[in-house]
Amino acid sequence: MSQDNRSVTSALSEAGISGANAAALELKDLRKSFGKTEIIRGVTLSIAQGERHALIGPNGAGKSTLFNLISGRFPPSSGSIRLLGSEVTGRRPFEINRMGLARSFQITNIFQRLSVFENLRCAVLWSLGYKYSFWRNLNKLSDARERAEEVLRRIGLKRRRNIAAGLLTYAEQRALEIGITIAGGASVILLDEPTAGMSRGETASAVALIREVTQGKTLIMVEHDMGVVFDLADRISVVVYGEIIASGPPAQIRANAKVKEAYLGHHAEAA
Amino acid sequence: MNDGSLSYRPINLGRWIIWGGTLVLFIVLPLIFKQGFARTLLAQMGILIIFALSYNMLLGQTGMLSFGHAVYSGLGAYFAIHTLNLIGAHQVVFPVSLVPLVGAVFGMVFGVVFGYPTTQKSGTPFAMITLGIGELVFACSLMFPGFFGGEGGISGNRTVGGNFLGIKGLNFGPDVQVYYLIAFWCFVSMIAMYAWTQTPLGRIANAVRDNPERVEFIGYNTQRVRWLVLILSSFFAGLAGGLSAINFEIVTAENVSALRSGGVLLAAFIGGMLFFFGPIVGAVVFSFFAIALSDITKAWQLYLGAFFVLLVMYAPGGLSSLILMNLRVMSFGKMKRLRDPYLGVALAGLTLLVGVVLLIELTYHLTLEAGGASTITMFGFPLDAHGRETWTFVIAMLAGGGLAFEYMRRRFKQEWDAIHVEIEDWARENPEQA
Repeated sequence: MSQDNRSVTSALSEAGISGANAAALELKDLRKSFGKTEIIRGVTLSIAQGERHALIGPNGAGKSTLFNLISGRFPPSSGSIRLLGSEVTGRRPFEINRMGLARSFQITNIFQRLSVFENLRCAVLWSLGYKYSFWRNLNKLSDARERAEEVLRRIGLKRRRNIAAGLLTYAEQRALEIGITIAGGASVILLDEPTAGMSRGETASAVALIREVTQGKTLIMVEHDMGVVFDLADRISVVVYGEIIASGPPAQIRANAKVKEAYLGHHAEAA
Repeated sequence: MNDGSLSYRPINLGRWIIWGGTLVLFIVLPLIFKQGFARTLLAQMGILIIFALSYNMLLGQTGMLSFGHAVYSGLGAYFAIHTLNLIGAHQVVFPVSLVPLVGAVFGMVFGVVFGYPTTQKSGTPFAMITLGIGELVFACSLMFPGFFGGEGGISGNRTVGGNFLGIKGLNFGPDVQVYYLIAFWCFVSMIAMYAWTQTPLGRIANAVRDNPERVEFIGYNTQRVRWLVLILSSFFAGLAGGLSAINFEIVTAENVSALRSGGVLLAAFIGGMLFFFGPIVGAVVFSFFAIALSDITKAWQLYLGAFFVLLVMYAPGGLSSLILMNLRVMSFGKMKRLRDPYLGVALAGLTLLVGVVLLIELTYHLTLEAGGASTITMFGFPLDAHGRETWTFVIAMLAGGGLAFEYMRRRFKQEWDAIHVEIEDWARENPEQA
């Protein structure tokens, strides 16, 4: 497995050097303070297109804050964020989304009263160019319907199509959360703890789902389950106290003494 | 399990039947109710239906609680009445039948102007700003008597346009002609507002209601969504205002007041905001309270308030959700089990209601008409407001009715809840049929 990952990574880095393709995401000396407390303390990170990148680190290290900065939920205090070569620092979430980045949330964030199908249809509307249209009949937009049905099938919720999203089981809601994230066809996908709170069986199917739906896309995920991380990621960055202390392919991270000390050690013992 | 193709229905026969039935109802209602009073009631119901539906575009569909929606209907009404007067002075040539559209357009213009700062915020700040703008416009209505007509308001004459399409006698003078004008615009607005719920903006509005934060991450600017919905909603509010200008031939500051804004909120809530037809039911019931009941008793607002409180407590989804839940029970063939509980609740409730009505009416009689006769006629019986027997009877009805009602209510609730749990269990096990 790790050999496999290494070859992907090296292929990617070669492509990065030789190709004119911009990085999927480039963070430069990113900082964020809440009041006097600096939560993100100078993060610099480059993620290539097509890479599967995992952010790991202890609770409160700033992984979710980093996601919130990248996706535009909060503006950074300083530093810059480039998405697919364009500057997005300080832009609002919907602008960043339109430029090709979509994210999921750690705490399920769906449209509770809408049906599962409507949740997904809402998520595809902007990318299909329907914008704020109030003159088109939604039910006649066959492309929106087909794309929503397609995502519905991929996340395995076909049987739950017409149920209010709020009535789904937890694992189903997590699947829908991923479905909403990928439905718009964004090429950079941020998943915030996609398997949190899941049973072993549910986690396995979630990993299969993530692998399937992020095919050919850039994936950045925050994840606590090391099995999932080492299974999915091409590269891993370790965040501790708002800084990236190490970044590299899984085998390298596993061997890194600093990482072991700061974080992995406890988990390895626990596991 | 037919690959989901079953779930796609290009033609919805039921929808045609409902809209056709509504149209027929609109046409025949004034033929059944010929008294002037009934027709006045119907006309006002029509106007309130448009207003309440437009309000529900905000509250029920987009989750925006506005305390100032009368601003848009009221300003629309002012522009409509000025247009009528301009037509009367031969300064403009414009058909009276289209004057409501003038109200609509100006309602919308103010939706654009006031809506922009208002919709920058959501939730409580939004509600507070609407309250502020409502007060601001109301204050202006007294500060600029040239446009608003001061305390007396602006009057007009709806017959100034002469005959509609040259048809003799069709000048919107008679009540029934105004009714049909209102009914026409009401029907058109209902269809337009329903159609809106089936558009991309309509659906994203629902998403904004459920979870505004997530909407920002699927490419939509929630401020823009709220603003656009408010603009569209104020168009229909202005239309309702234009119709009320024609109907009453007068527009006063009351039209833009917080009282009017509160009224439409009550109407929408009573009917229920979760379903499209809820505000229609609410508008009908509210008009009934405000017009029919106010003719019978001075205490109508007290009854309306009590009704509202009961509804919020026991059926927060409003009358429409009560109707739909009963239809659901019926469609599962479980209504038989509710027959006895319903009968019990109805009898006990009626007893309690008689007691409450007597208490309120007698108290009103004693305090407001202290110098008048001591007997009043209630439910066909003469009652002595000072009589000991009267009050013994009232207390007996209140106590007996209250106890019986609480008992019956509990019994009913038990059976009701049990039935709905059964239905939901079934739905969970048979998702594709639910």
